[in-house]
Amino acid sequence: MPGKLKVKIVAGRHLPVMDRASDLTDAFVEVKFGNTTFKTDVYLKSLNPQWNSEWFKFEVDDEDLQDEPLQITVLDHDTYSANDAIGKVYIDIDPLLYSEAATVISGWFPIYDTIHGIRGEINVIVKVDLFNDLNRFRQSSCGVKFFCTTSIPKCYRAVIIHGFVEELVVNEDPEYQWIDRIRTPRASNEARQRLISLMSGELQRKIGLKVLEMRGNAVVGYLQCFDLEGESGLVVRAIGTACTLDKLSSPAAFLPACNSPSKEMKESPLVHPPSHGCRSTHNSPIHTATGSRLTQNFSVSVPTLIYTGMGSGSAGKEGGPFKALLRQQTQSALEQREFPFFTLTAFPPGFLVHVGGVVSARSVKLLDRIHNPDEPETRDAWWAEIRQEIKSHAKALGCHAVVGYSESTSICEEVCILSASGTAAVLNPRFLQDGTLEGCLEQRLEENLPVGCGFCHIPYDELNMPFPAHLTYCYNCRKQKVPDVLFTTIDLPTDATVVGKGCLIQARLCRLKKKAQAEANATAISNLLPFMEYEVHTQLMNKLKLKGMNALFGLRIQITVGENMLMGLASATGVYLAALPTPGGIQIAGKTPNDGSYEQHISHMQKKINDTIAKNKELYEINPPETSEELIGSPIPEPRQHSRLLRSQSESSDEVTELDLSHGKKDAFVLEIDDTDALEDVHSLLTDVPPPPGFYSCNTEIMPGINNWTSEIQMFTSVRVTRLSSLNLTNQALNKNFNDLCENLLKSLYFKLRSMIPCCLCHVNFTVSLPEDELIQVTVTAVAITFDKNQALQTTKTHVEKSLQRASTDNEELLQFPLELCSDSIPSHPFPPAKAVTVEKASPMGEGNFRNRSAPPCANSTVGVVKMTPLSFIPGAKITKYLGIINMFFIRETTSLREEGGVSGFLHAFIAEVFAMVRAHVAALGGNAVVSYIMKQCVFMENPNKNQAQCLINVSGDAVVFVRESDLEVVSTQHPTANCQPLCAGGEVTT
Amino acid sequence: MTSELDIFVGNTTLIDEDVYRLWLDGYSVSDAVALRVRSGILEQTGATAAVLQSDTMDHYRTFHMLERLLHAPPKLLHQLIFQIPPSRQALLIERYYAFDEAFVREVLGKKLSKGTKKDLDDISTKTGITLKSCRRQFDNFKRVFKVVEEMRGSLVDNIQQHFLLSDRLSRDYAAIVFFANNRFETGKKKLQYLSFGDFAFCAELMIQNWTLGAVGEAPTDPDSQVDDMDVDLDKEFLQDLKELKVLVADKDLLDLHKSLVCTTLRGKLTVFSEMEANFKNLSRGLVNVAAKLTHNKDVRDLFVDLVEKFVEPCRSDHWPLADVRLFLNQYSASVHSLDGFRHQALWDRYMGTLRGCLLRLYHD
Repeated sequence: MPGKLKVKIVAGRHLPVMDRASDLTDAFVEVKFGNTTFKTDVYLKSLNPQWNSEWFKFEVDDEDLQDEPLQITVLDHDTYSANDAIGKVYIDIDPLLYSEAATVISGWFPIYDTIHGIRGEINVIVKVDLFNDLNRFRQSSCGVKFFCTTSIPKCYRAVIIHGFVEELVVNEDPEYQWIDRIRTPRASNEARQRLISLMSGELQRKIGLKVLEMRGNAVVGYLQCFDLEGESGLVVRAIGTACTLDKLSSPAAFLPACNSPSKEMKESPLVHPPSHGCRSTHNSPIHTATGSRLTQNFSVSVPTLIYTGMGSGSAGKEGGPFKALLRQQTQSALEQREFPFFTLTAFPPGFLVHVGGVVSARSVKLLDRIHNPDEPETRDAWWAEIRQEIKSHAKALGCHAVVGYSESTSICEEVCILSASGTAAVLNPRFLQDGTLEGCLEQRLEENLPVGCGFCHIPYDELNMPFPAHLTYCYNCRKQKVPDVLFTTIDLPTDATVVGKGCLIQARLCRLKKKAQAEANATAISNLLPFMEYEVHTQLMNKLKLKGMNALFGLRIQITVGENMLMGLASATGVYLAALPTPGGIQIAGKTPNDGSYEQHISHMQKKINDTIAKNKELYEINPPETSEELIGSPIPEPRQHSRLLRSQSESSDEVTELDLSHGKKDAFVLEIDDTDALEDVHSLLTDVPPPPGFYSCNTEIMPGINNWTSEIQMFTSVRVTRLSSLNLTNQALNKNFNDLCENLLKSLYFKLRSMIPCCLCHVNFTVSLPEDELIQVTVTAVAITFDKNQALQTTKTHVEKSLQRASTDNEELLQFPLELCSDSIPSHPFPPAKAVTVEKASPMGEGNFRNRSAPPCANSTVGVVKMTPLSFIPGAKITKYLGIINMFFIRETTSLREEGGVSGFLHAFIAEVFAMVRAHVAALGGNAVVSYIMKQCVFMENPNKNQAQCLINVSGDAVVFVRESDLEVVSTQHPTANCQPLCAGGEVTT
Repeated sequence: MTSELDIFVGNTTLIDEDVYRLWLDGYSVSDAVALRVRSGILEQTGATAAVLQSDTMDHYRTFHMLERLLHAPPKLLHQLIFQIPPSRQALLIERYYAFDEAFVREVLGKKLSKGTKKDLDDISTKTGITLKSCRRQFDNFKRVFKVVEEMRGSLVDNIQQHFLLSDRLSRDYAAIVFFANNRFETGKKKLQYLSFGDFAFCAELMIQNWTLGAVGEAPTDPDSQVDDMDVDLDKEFLQDLKELKVLVADKDLLDLHKSLVCTTLRGKLTVFSEMEANFKNLSRGLVNVAAKLTHNKDVRDLFVDLVEKFVEPCRSDHWPLADVRLFLNQYSASVHSLDGFRHQALWDRYMGTLRGCLLRLYHD
C-alpha cells in the first residue's frame, strides 16, 4: 500500500437548475477512484452548494495511482426516481506523484457533461501521501517526469540524453462494442473517455518503467496519440526521449517554491552508469510478428537529398582525425540503442554536430481486429518495421541518429497509413552516455567547430554521395562542404546564422483515387504515395526558391487518406542560411519553342516569377553579403556521375521505391511547362499571397530575424470544414479548392489578429482530415506574438556580435564544468530581459497586465489568467517550475445541433470549453500557463438530418509557473547576491 | 466550395468593439457585413468580403454565447469558459446595458410588462431602432427592475453591485426603475420636449428626498414592510403634503406669501409684473400638485401637472430661467416668514426637490 489519496469536496457554483418546480438543485457528489466510491451529503435546494466534506481517503498501489484518474460525479438527488447526473470531472493525479511538481491540486473545475458541456463548477482539493517503496520489481514508475516540450525544459539541465522510448497499448473501443446498441450514447461516450484516460495512464506508467530501466528520470518530447481504428479497436501509443535531468537551482534561488534541494537529490541521482540496458526498451519481440492480414506492406521512403558532411574524404585537415574518432565513439554509443531516435527539436548547444536531410518512411496497412489486447504484436511490429527503415535511411546519409523524430497515422475505414519522419544527424556523444569521453579531445573539437555553420556541413563522404547534390564550400567558414539546400524537421538551431527573416512555406496537394475495398484499396494508395511525395517536394522546392531562401526547418508532411482521395500537406519554415549558397532562380522552359505567342506567354510568366523572387527578397530582408565565386573555392565535383552511381546502387539493392528528389542544376532551376498540369503548378506558385504588412508566420518555435517579442500572446485554434461539390472532382479542381481553403484560412487569421500588428504567427500547425466523402477539415493551432517594431531592425547587425559573445561564454562554461548544459544560458535567448520594460505597455488585448489595470466594477474577479502557447517558452517571462503534463481527452455530442447554433456553434462552444478545462486544471495545480500545448486530435462528425453531431478532442501540454522578467528584475535587485545574473541576463545587457 | 463549418477560438476571447456595436444594434450578420464594408475596412486591411463574413459570424457567435452571462454580469466575472481581460469585461457589460435615448423616452414610466413588450414593434418603427435592439434594451430594463425592485438599501448601489455598471449608468438605471415603479407619465405630447436626462435628474432628486430611504433611518425591524426604501415614495410624506393646502386655501396666508415674495423681488425680475399677476395661480398650481399626491393616479401625472401648472404659464410669459430661479428661491424661502404656517419641514422637503425639478424642466 504505497500511497494514500485524499480528496475533499468543498463547494459547487453555477449549477444548472435540475428541478423545474423549485428552480433549484439538490446536489451531491460521488468521488470514485479505482473501485472505491465515496459520497457527500445531499446539499438541498441550492445552485451554489457548500458540501465542505470530510477528507475521503483512498489507499491504493502507486501503479493504480498512475493509471487511474480520479473521477468526480456531481448528481441531483431525486427521492422518487433515479438520481440525475449533472456532470463529471476527471482529475489526472500524476502531477502529484513526483515531488518537484505540484504538491496539491486545489481549485474550481468545470463540471463537464458529454451532452450539455460545462454545467457549473466544483471546488475540489486533492492530496497524495506517497510511501517509499524499495521493491525492485515494482510495476509503477512514480517519479519519472514527463514533458511535452521538445527541448530540454527551461530550469533543467540535461545530464544524459538516453534516447528513444516508445510504447503502445490497445483495447476494444467501447463505441464499437455490442453493449452500445442498448446503452445511451452518453454512457457510451463516458465509457470511452474513462477508458482512454485509463489507457494513457497505463501507457505513461509503462514508458516511465522503460525510462527507469535506462536509468533516466524524465521523458522529454513526450508525444502521445490515439488511433481510433473503429471496429478493430483503439490504440494509444506514445514516443519520447528519455533523459536524466538535473534541476537548476540558481535561477530559482529567490523563489522559495522551487527551492527544494533535498528532494532533488533523491530525485535526480547524478551518477549514471553507461546505459547498456536500453536494448530492452522494446519489450515485445519485433521480427517475429507476422501480422494476420499484413497484405500491403509497401514502404515508401523518401530521404530528402541533403546531407551534411564529415565523411573522411571531405573533412577539414585539422579536424579530421578528431572527427573520425568522435564519429566512432558516437557510433558505438548509438549502436547500443535499437533506435537512435530523439523526439527533441531543439538541443543543448554543442549537441547537434551535423544535420543530414529529412528521412521519412510510410507504410500502408490493413487494419484487423486486435485479438489479444495484451499482446499488441501486430501494431508493434508495424512501427518497428518503419523505425528500422528510418534508421537505415539515416545510415545511408552517413548519420547515426535521427532527431526531430515523430510518428503519425491516417485512418480511413480499414486502411491505415503509418508515417514516421525525422532528420538524420550526427550528434555529440558527450550527452549520450556517461562522461567518459570528454577531455582534451572534446575541447579541441569545440574550438575547431565554426560558429553558426557546423550543423550545415555534410556528414557523408563527398565521393560516394548517396544522392546527387550540389556541394560548395561553406559560405561561412569556407572549410567544409555544404549542400545547396537543407531540409530538416527540427527547429532552427539557436546559433545558426540567418540572413533576413523566415516565412511559412506550405505545399498542398490532392489526388483522387478510386473507391475500393481492402487489398485493392491499399494497393491503390501505395501506388499513389510516391507520386504525392515527389510532388510535395517539388512544390516545397519551388516555393522555397521563389522566396529566395535555401533551407527548410520544422518540415512536417502530412498525408491524409479519405474514401476517394489522398491529401498531402507539407508545412515548414523557410530561411536563408548564411552558410549555404544563394539559391538560383527559377527558369521556365516551354515545350513548343516555335509558337510565338506561346513563347511570349512563357517569357511573361518568367518575368512574373523573377519579380516575385525580387519582391520576396525585399520582404524578408534577404540581402546576403556579396561574395564572388572565386573566393568560395573549387567548384564541386561533377554531380552527374554520382547520380548515375547512385541510381545503379539503388536499382541493384532490394530497397523499395527510392525517389530521386534532386532538382536540376544550381542556378538554372528549370520548370518545364509541358502540359496543363505544369501550367497549373506555376500558376499556383504565384497565387500564394504574402501575409499583409506587419505580419510574419512560421511553424517553428521562433522566427529567425525577430528577437524583440513583447509579452502579448494569443493562442488560438481555428477549424474549417469545406464541402466539395461532387460535380467537378478533378485533380486540378481539388488542388485549387484545397489551396483556396488554406489560403483563405490564413487570410482570416491575419484579419482577425490585425490589432496585434506587428506580429508573428509562430508554431502554425495545420492538420487535415477527410471526415466524409466530400468534406475536407482543416484545423490550425498557432500563437500570435506581438513584437516591438522599433527594435526589429538591429537584429542582423547584432548577430555577429552575439555569436562572438556566445563563443566566449561557451568557453567559460566549458572551463567551469564540461557538462554544463543549461538551456537557459543560451545567450541568443530571444527575449533579453532588458526589453521587458517596454513590454509592460501592452495593448488592451494583452493578458499580462490584468492585475495592474484598475477596472473598478470588475476588480473583484477571482479567475486567474492562464496563458496557453504551443511554444516551449513565454515571451518576456521565465518559467520557474514545471507542474506536470496535461493530457486530456473529451467527447462532446449533441442531439440538438440546430438549437446550439449549427455545426459552427457546437464546435466553437466545445473548443472554448476544452480551453477552459485545460486552464482550470493548470490553475488547480498552481500554474499560470501551459507551454508546448498541442491539439493532437479534433475528430468531428455530423449528421445534420438527425440534428446530431459529435466531436472528440485530445489536447496536451506542460503546466508551468512563470514569472515576468520585469518582476524578476525587481526581485533580483533586492537580492543582489542572487547568482542568476550571468544566466538570465548574459551578455545582452552590455550591448 | 462552401464552408460548412468555420470557427476561430482564442485562448483570450477576441472582442471587436465595432462588431459588438453592430450586434448590440441588432443588425443581422449580412447587414453588419455590409455596414463594415461601407466603413472601408476592406481597403484598410486588404481583406476580402468572405473574410469579413467569416469574422463577423465568429464574433456574433461569441456574443451570442456571452449574452447568457451578460444577463447576470457577476457570472461573467466568475465563469471559466471565456478568458477576457477585466477591462474588456467591463466594456462588454457597460455596452450591453447602454440604451438609446430615443428608446428609453418611449418606455420611461411604463409598466415593464408583456403588454409593453408587444408595443416594441411600434417603437422600433417610430425610432428606427431595430426590433432586436429594442428587445434587448427592454429586457435589460425589466431584468434590472426585477432584481432590485424588492431589494433594500440604496438603489444605485444595488444596481451597481448586481450588474457591475459604471456609476453614471447605474444612476440612469435607478431612474428607469424608479419611473417604472411609480409609473410616471412621460409620453404626453406636452412632455415630449423633455429629455431622459431631465427625468433622470428629477428621479434622482426624488429618490434622495421623497422616498423612505431618504429619511436616513434604516428600519430597525428587518421584516418591516419598508423593504424597498429607494423605489417607493414615502407614503406618509405624501399624506402629510395635504397639510400644505392651507397655503392657498387660507386667503390671508396666500396674500401674505405673495406680498413677501413681491417685496423682495421687486426690481430684480424682468418679468415682475407678470409674476405679480400670476402669483396666485402659480402658487395654487404648485400646492395643489402636492395635495393631490395621495392618489396614485395623480402621482403618475406629476410631470404633466408640473408642466401644465408652472412651466407652461411661465414660458408663455417668456420668463428667463434666471427669473424662474429667483422666483422659486424666494417663493420657497418666504414661507418661513409665515407665522401661521406650521409645516416648515414638510414644505422644505417638498419644495426643495420640486424647485430642483422645475428648474431642470424649464427649458424649450
